[in-house]
Amino acid sequence: MVREPDAPMSRRALFRMIGAAAGSAVMYQAMSQLGYAGESGYTGPIQLSGDVRGTSVLILGAGLAGMSAAYELRKAGYRVQILEYNDRPGGRNWSLYGGDTYTELGGFTQKVQFAEGLYLNPGPWRIPHHHYALLDYCKRLKVTLEPFTQVDYAAALQNPAAFGGKVKRYREVQADFQGHVAELLSKCVNQGALDEAVNAEDRAVLLEAMRDWGAVDASYEYKKGLLSSERRGWVSDPGGGTTSVPIPSEPMALSEMLQSKLWKFISAGHIYEFQSMIFQPVGGMGMIGKAFGRELEGVIRYNAKVTDIRQDANGVTVAYQDTKSGGAIQTASAQWCICTIPASILGQIPLQVGAPMKNAIDALYYDAAIKVGLQFRRRFWEQDESIYGGITFTALPNALIGYPSTRYFDDGPGVLLGAYTFGANAFQIAAMPPEERVRKTVEWGAQIHPQYNTEFQHGVGVAWHRVPWTLGCAGHWTEELRAQHYDNLCAIDGRIMLAGEHASRIPAWQEGALLSSLDAIRRLHQRVLASGSAT
Amino acid sequence: MALLAVVTLSAPTARSQEIFAGKYPQQTGEDLFQNICQGCHMPDAKGAIGAGAYPALASNPRLAAAVYPVTVVLHGQRAMPPFGQTLSDEQIANVLNYVRTHFGNRYRDVITPAAVNARR
Repeated sequence: MVREPDAPMSRRALFRMIGAAAGSAVMYQAMSQLGYAGESGYTGPIQLSGDVRGTSVLILGAGLAGMSAAYELRKAGYRVQILEYNDRPGGRNWSLYGGDTYTELGGFTQKVQFAEGLYLNPGPWRIPHHHYALLDYCKRLKVTLEPFTQVDYAAALQNPAAFGGKVKRYREVQADFQGHVAELLSKCVNQGALDEAVNAEDRAVLLEAMRDWGAVDASYEYKKGLLSSERRGWVSDPGGGTTSVPIPSEPMALSEMLQSKLWKFISAGHIYEFQSMIFQPVGGMGMIGKAFGRELEGVIRYNAKVTDIRQDANGVTVAYQDTKSGGAIQTASAQWCICTIPASILGQIPLQVGAPMKNAIDALYYDAAIKVGLQFRRRFWEQDESIYGGITFTALPNALIGYPSTRYFDDGPGVLLGAYTFGANAFQIAAMPPEERVRKTVEWGAQIHPQYNTEFQHGVGVAWHRVPWTLGCAGHWTEELRAQHYDNLCAIDGRIMLAGEHASRIPAWQEGALLSSLDAIRRLHQRVLASGSAT
Repeated sequence: MALLAVVTLSAPTARSQEIFAGKYPQQTGEDLFQNICQGCHMPDAKGAIGAGAYPALASNPRLAAAVYPVTVVLHGQRAMPPFGQTLSDEQIANVLNYVRTHFGNRYRDVITPAAVNARR
């Protein structure tokens, strides 16, 4: 590497040098020391240079993986075609609006009656600030983004088994948890219990930190007063004029706070994906899929159900049937195929690949998840409780209530995410008819917001195991499965490559689908250029 | 390498929100079927077809040898999730005995919890 001695070396160039000289583990260590751990690897629009001589690629699935592949390959000179089962672009990037009709497996049909501009995102609903690829595509496709609020200090935390089911505010639980822990830790320090673990100098700083972090007083007590109420809120807020004396609030007792388990809900916002800033597209997550779809007009063949995937030394032939008109099986052929069909579906389609890839596909089942959207006459969460976006968590089966991070202070109706749950709760809710999912979600939510009883208008419930084109929400990986199958799932098998969130290390996230797809087309492009001929 | 391993293990997912793990309180075969199985296999157990399919449990000859459904429910198979970690031997026996004697299935042999346990 030749460079001017005085020129500042970019961090990336530095990492590349360290990587080349000392191997990836050392490079990773260097990266994490410089705060670069966990970077998604996206460094800007993919560059596929070189003459591809009109090489053809057939892409299966018009979700974000399939459409980003088509978009980039077409730009590089490839001839591309997409087959899509649905009658719309986007896949799991999807929003339901008033006027939409959704029919799930079993024929259960829901007519969405949300007011103009209101929506439910049955799939993804937030974009972390470090999902570089997705943010870049939003920018390039002119999808307008707005802030998504994850943590709202006024939102509720609720456990039916604690405080008689009465809600606590996020700020109260956070303040009381930190305050009590700070008091306990300070006591340990002052009683000499930590003398072995912390030296004298650090003990002084630790005590100072506990006062700062936990709002404990000069005698290291966390108790009712101005200090703690500055964190957990007041019975009566300070004001102006003659009626403005603030009344401090009473912290929860230590044992009550611990046994309530409400502290479990605090860490959600600490998780990398849920740290501020987070974004959402204005008008619903589905705006991204629609934008890709517009770019790829004429490229996507909708209502195409893939029934067979074959390959030989020269290319791939895929059989499909039109789901609307029925009729004879048709075929599409190309020199290469990028298949983004979810493993849960792909495992049922005759697919001519070797045992390693086939076994990898068969190893993945898809997780259960449900989402229920509820429309209310008015935005009572804002008007009555000062909750503006963010998430209420509950130990009830609906798991959470997500408040809209948009249209604040609107006088008209609003749509809440009334339930978003996984695992056993999701399986049980999926087994209900859609109207019962909505009815139960209203019952659960009314235990948190009694306003549900008078303000509820209309709801829609999507259970991902009933979604006809995924049979679940996302591929379920374990460490063992990854060790055994992941490389085989991502490998090139003859003329076929797989892509999608399931072929990524960010499962269930749109960023994973995009990075998987970009990596697949990068490797495909290398093959095509290396082959030296159009085949 | 240790660093890499730690990062892989701690990769958070959407499932991080599953804070209070749900449970299956149902005990009878009918209750279990109606609260779990029918989500995919449908209330009439006839399955469903979309881009992929859920097989019918109704009149299904593959239920004849008890070991097959026991293994599939415990460990999963392709799109079918495993339930061995979330259902007891008794719950699995109950729901399979229910399915094997309803929906056009008339298998006389009874699956015991012990038989389920033996396949764990």
